[in-house]
Amino acid sequence: MATTNTQATARVMMAPSVIILLLWMIVPLAMTIYFSTLNYNLFNPAETPFIGFLNYEYFLTDPAFLTALTNTLILVLGVLAITVIGGILLALLLDQAMWGAGIVRLLVIAPFFVMPTVSALVWKNMMMNPVYGLIGQFTRALGLGTVDWLSQVPLLSIIIIVSWEWLPFAVLILLTALQSLSEDQKEAAEMDGAGFLSIFWYITLPHIARAITVVILIETIFLLSIFAEIYVTTGGGPGNATTNIPYLVYAQALLQFDVGGASAGGIVAVILANIVAFFLVRLVGKNLET
Amino acid sequence: MARAVSTRRKVFFTVLAWTVGLLIFFPILWTILTSFKSEGEAIMTPPHFLFFDWTLEGYHEVQARSNYFLYMMNSVWLSFGSTLLGLLVAVPAAWAMAFSPTKRTRGILLWMLSTKMLPAVGVLIPIYLIFQKLGLLDTRLGLIVVLFLINLPIIVWMLYTYFKEIPGEILEAARMDGANLRKEILYVLTPMAVPGIASTVLLNIILAWNEAFWTLNLTTHDAAPLTVFIASYSSPEGLFWAKLSAASTLAIAPILVLGWFSQKQLVRGLTFGAVK
Amino acid sequence: MKAKTILAGAASLLALTAYAKAETLTIATVNNGDMIRMQGLTDDFTKANPDIQLNWVTLEENVLRQKVTTDIATKGGQYDVMTIGTYEVPIWAKNGWLVSLGDLGDDYDVDDLLPPIRNALSADGTLYAAPFYGESVMTLYRKDLFDKAGVTMPEKPTWDFIKDAASKITDKNAGVYGICLRGKPGWGENMAFLGNLARDYGANYFDANWKPQFESEGWKKAIEFYVDLMKNYGPPGAASNGFNENLALFGSGKCGMWMDATVAASFVTDPKQSQVADKVGFAKAPCGEENCPNDGANWLWAWSLAIPAGSQKQDAAEKFIAWATSKHYAELVAGKEGWANVPPGTRTSLYDNPDYQKAAPFAKQTLAAINAADPSSGPDKPYNGLQYAAIPEFQGLGTAVGQIFAAAVSGQMSADQALQGAQATATREMTKAGYIK
Repeated sequence: MATTNTQATARVMMAPSVIILLLWMIVPLAMTIYFSTLNYNLFNPAETPFIGFLNYEYFLTDPAFLTALTNTLILVLGVLAITVIGGILLALLLDQAMWGAGIVRLLVIAPFFVMPTVSALVWKNMMMNPVYGLIGQFTRALGLGTVDWLSQVPLLSIIIIVSWEWLPFAVLILLTALQSLSEDQKEAAEMDGAGFLSIFWYITLPHIARAITVVILIETIFLLSIFAEIYVTTGGGPGNATTNIPYLVYAQALLQFDVGGASAGGIVAVILANIVAFFLVRLVGKNLET
Repeated sequence: MARAVSTRRKVFFTVLAWTVGLLIFFPILWTILTSFKSEGEAIMTPPHFLFFDWTLEGYHEVQARSNYFLYMMNSVWLSFGSTLLGLLVAVPAAWAMAFSPTKRTRGILLWMLSTKMLPAVGVLIPIYLIFQKLGLLDTRLGLIVVLFLINLPIIVWMLYTYFKEIPGEILEAARMDGANLRKEILYVLTPMAVPGIASTVLLNIILAWNEAFWTLNLTTHDAAPLTVFIASYSSPEGLFWAKLSAASTLAIAPILVLGWFSQKQLVRGLTFGAVK
Repeated sequence: MKAKTILAGAASLLALTAYAKAETLTIATVNNGDMIRMQGLTDDFTKANPDIQLNWVTLEENVLRQKVTTDIATKGGQYDVMTIGTYEVPIWAKNGWLVSLGDLGDDYDVDDLLPPIRNALSADGTLYAAPFYGESVMTLYRKDLFDKAGVTMPEKPTWDFIKDAASKITDKNAGVYGICLRGKPGWGENMAFLGNLARDYGANYFDANWKPQFESEGWKKAIEFYVDLMKNYGPPGAASNGFNENLALFGSGKCGMWMDATVAASFVTDPKQSQVADKVGFAKAPCGEENCPNDGANWLWAWSLAIPAGSQKQDAAEKFIAWATSKHYAELVAGKEGWANVPPGTRTSLYDNPDYQKAAPFAKQTLAAINAADPSSGPDKPYNGLQYAAIPEFQGLGTAVGQIFAAAVSGQMSADQALQGAQATATREMTKAGYIK
């Protein structure tokens, strides 16, 4: 349908975005690849001998690497599970008739506007702190004792904090999707004697399937690079319990000031991101058909 | 009878939804409340919920230490500037992808998104060196460009999904009437795309406002936004709960208010094409 | 319309900052109490030097360190004055990154600086950073709790005594924990304490051949003792308590004892920041062994001000540093906030001052600890530093090892496993860096 003329125009219109992003990717990437072959410590920038693949060898054989990989997966999948399931439930709830629905919605979406640094600080100091934190005071008052969240169940704590940040996003998208479901359809099903569960399973869920994929896609993109929450709360520990790939690279770059090692880690992370992107394409392929 | 049941149902859902809503909002509410306490009051056990001596002590101390308005203006600059720049570049691209799709369109889109998955810290040193050579360190311009770049994929994608829902027939009709490309965009598409653009703008302002890696590492003073402001409170000495709460409240208040007021516009376009 | 107003407002703001840039120093500093006080007192400096404006960049320690290091190593030139510690100074001076502070004015009196601090901030006899405050390690304890339990703190306690006392003071139901110690992972956090503790038991980080010593007898004793002590008598969440967290805990009356930097003393005795201000006692840092190496003072640190070689405003920066670390500044603080709040641990004259001795009950202990701490290298210790090793690789290595010990405190692994892990990690890093051939 499109003529060659509009095709050419389209290309011109796309060009700035594509070129700018390519530059943004390729220039630092080229420098990173170069640095990754050097023994380059920021404390000693005068001497940066070429050492081949040694940085990669150290990064990949680091016992922390496999842990970080697993942690990244657990973190992403855990948050996805909580936000998607919780998001569906909350969206269903907010879709019901009630008083003050607008205000409830404002309350629910509020965490989405909070800076990750701030939410991590608030959760760490005001909620999860075993001595002063509200959760601890509450459980102690009930006689249940105290859980030291960030050192006893560190990864779970991070998942909770990140889920709190991303739940509103899921709710917003899923709620909008739910509200576009026609009442007629549901009523017709109710007439036919379908129960709540079967309406949900056969009508609602298929209707919002596409919205769910969108939530998964967007969240995955952001969750893979979760950093501030870990940095502020646990610093990747105790041990390596909450170190994910971005944090591991950070530790190389800015705790050890090992630019070579961090660059190698960065390249490994790029490759991993592309693998994930490949699977995401498969996942969303059907739903985001052009 | 039927009515009674539905009222009972409504009461039930109201109570449930408010409970859940307040629970989710609670950490923020608690932070705001604590910001009005004195340091001693802030760590009281058991904590006082509303009945305490309200004081602005925390805010005074925070303001005495760091000029909040300088940081806030920088946040405004960076988030609005990078979003505007993003729109300028992304609208044409998204338009082209939506209305003249090729075999590669989807690939390009997903490639753009995949650039967002890279850990920023891996390229910090190269970017720092480039910025230093170009004299962009601690300048608003430099930060606007970086924030624009990291959010560009999301902007393009959101606009793309939104534009795609504009029926092609309308364009055909406009073309029949002799509209050229420029007119097509200006008079036909733009009005229809306004809700989508509005929500894209809002989402990006939020993302740029909250970005805490580049803003922290590429600024020192002149261009430092609120993320830097909060970084000086992340572990102060002694009792700091009230000060931390005051600083946190100051850092999130503008964007929270903006988000609440524009909630409707934000939601309308935040569907990423998921709602048909 | 709205955007326009914002733009106009922002433009005028921009113009203002540009105008003020006659001679503006950008100062990077830590958000510790003494530095924040300095920030509040700058009027005194700018009045005497009307042509110099100050821009403060106050950041949390780790953020500060990563920013200034990135900047100085890439010659970014963003800062005119940097706050760095005794760890960085010798390494950076060797790289030629710092301006030597040969001339800080006639009335500066360099010879008044405490010798161990001055040595730690010098390379080849030249001063490269001026100390803002200095610290060693001491024991802080609650006199009221000791009286209640019927225990008396000796002048020079041993770690065995500390454990015994902790068991008697701990009353978990009342929210009182016998002992608070650092557990938050980081080379400057838990490793500062643990490195010091290991030295109390006679062990160092590396031997003469740079072989890590985590599996030596001293480290084993130290870690086993520490983990056991914290599990039984420490506060919950000990693995995430750093200096600041412990300061808050001690200040709110939750700790019976606390061994940490001497600088803590002025905070816990300040009624504005502490609820136990009048109940704190001071003693020497505990010893682990009979002969008590270093008298228990196995810790030396000074937050100091330095000028990066890339700064274009070295003269103004030197003026500022001379002001901030002078005797005059001490008097200024004393006049406004009382002698007890003067930044401690840098000058002999402060400890000779009878007003200070009266206002600061911890003065004697602080001075003794700093003077006893000798960080220089020796035959079986190839590096400078006590609670750290002044080599570039130590930050990363120390933090990684600190994480492992934090895992031991939080119960995720045993002390033995932690020591093995630490040894393996450290050996790996040292091999990569080329120390171990």
